[in-house]
Amino acid sequence: MTDTTRMLVLHVAVLAALFALQFVLPAYHHGNLARIMVLASYAIGFNVLFGYTGLLSLGHALFFAAGMYGMGLAIKIYEASPATALIAGIVTGIIISLVIGALALRAVGIAFMIVTLMFAQVGYLTVLYFGEYTRGDEGFVIQQADRILWGIDLSEPTNRYFAALTLFSVCLLVTLRMVQRPFGKTLIAIRENEDRTRMLGYDVFGHKLAAVVVSGTISAAAGAFYGLLFGYVGATFATVQYSIFPLLWVLLGGTGTILGPLVGTLFMFYLIDLSSAVTSAYMLIAGVVLVALTLFAPQGIVGELRKRFWKGLP
Amino acid sequence: MSLLSTRGLSKNFAGLQAVQNVDFDLPEGQIRALIGPNGAGKTTFVGMLCGRTTPSVGRVSFDGKDISHLPAHKRINLGMAYTFQITSVFANLSVEENVALAARRRLVGPEVTAHVQEALQKVDLQDRLDQRAGDLSYGHQRLLEIAMGLVQNPRLLILDEPTQGLADSEIEAFKDLIRGLVPQTTILLIEHNMSVVMQTADMVSVLNFGQILAEGTPAEIHANADVQAAYLGTG
Repeated sequence: MTDTTRMLVLHVAVLAALFALQFVLPAYHHGNLARIMVLASYAIGFNVLFGYTGLLSLGHALFFAAGMYGMGLAIKIYEASPATALIAGIVTGIIISLVIGALALRAVGIAFMIVTLMFAQVGYLTVLYFGEYTRGDEGFVIQQADRILWGIDLSEPTNRYFAALTLFSVCLLVTLRMVQRPFGKTLIAIRENEDRTRMLGYDVFGHKLAAVVVSGTISAAAGAFYGLLFGYVGATFATVQYSIFPLLWVLLGGTGTILGPLVGTLFMFYLIDLSSAVTSAYMLIAGVVLVALTLFAPQGIVGELRKRFWKGLP
Repeated sequence: MSLLSTRGLSKNFAGLQAVQNVDFDLPEGQIRALIGPNGAGKTTFVGMLCGRTTPSVGRVSFDGKDISHLPAHKRINLGMAYTFQITSVFANLSVEENVALAARRRLVGPEVTAHVQEALQKVDLQDRLDQRAGDLSYGHQRLLEIAMGLVQNPRLLILDEPTQGLADSEIEAFKDLIRGLVPQTTILLIEHNMSVVMQTADMVSVLNFGQILAEGTPAEIHANADVQAAYLGTG
């Protein structure tokens, strides 16, 4: 069995486990896991840019929200079907990431972080400004009647779980394939040594722009699914908080690993969930655990596993 | 005919004239050494050839085409390869992946593996495929740089101080390797090691204070009084 096949088997096994969990989990955790899988898809998108290309964006909420509003407004204003609305969300993500990428990539390092942060703020304020359509901070609900995709009611928990799993599987397998192909390997080369990559004849700007578009599009798809599956579109998802979340998830799970985003999102979600059951000062517990993890597993959970036990993990 | 030529090439860094008005011609199939004291502008000069440094004035042409306005990656794709003076391998990637990254510019699929093996064999690193490049000794990293240049099968190979940090036996092997590449590959060699220059180069150009001080065969350069005064210090 080649490395590539072995890795494919491992990752498909994880997806199979997620599939099987649906039949055994109690309702509460079942609902959580659906949400986690959509958010982990968002983290996968973020990881393409941060983990594999080495570009830290502080404005990914813009892409998440672009997908969510592209989807939501298509339903609210144009009464689009869920399938059309999802496509509208994803296309919005492609366009926005292409434009933002072309502009923001003119900056490097800290400047790139600041520029992406600022663009995301512009996105957030735009949502508020067009309150007439977006209902600003309050947001709007996607009615159950608008959430029936090809006769499948996505507000029903089992259907919702499978829809989330489908999205997550596609994102995971696409990125796994990507990092095993020359394109992904070139992104890693750019992360490791940009100048050397350029002097090997690679179009570094073109590759980075493509990475922003892949990353932004996956994030937008996650945003569109989130809005549709959970029936709500709101400006909170465009705030800076939602730009920081995927960074935390990816750092905890392991930057530049395929499974890191899922592990990190799962870990953080349940860390807050469990510690808030113990005390109302749950952020204190969460904070201490996060600090400990950063100290003792600086490469994140999957990153440490790779370092210690499984060198070839993509 | 000249594979590479420059006309009036200059670079100023805030008042310092690093390279001044250089006219340079490199015929196809030649091994040309570029020598000169530290700070003579050698690295700046080759930086302008391959697009790492933007010239203040002047033109560069490659294979009869004006490439002055092409970005670095496009120049590389025309058939140039550049190895760095300060070792710049992908430290966190394997030796194999380092060379494969260079090979994938022109090859796909199984061909990549074959050419990677071949290039590593030429520099005697074939047993270290899976090793992390950053864990190699300095000398081996230099050899890896050279393998990354070779695997691109370039028409022009620019080597910036390739033998720095190599053991004597490795330097001997390097001389043979370089001589085996011509005339298919044209070589521009920046080198401090005089034995390498004398034994491999067909022609030598001497750069001093950003200007070409002399050009000639190794023997002519060795006998040139100006060069001795400026650089060799054996006058």
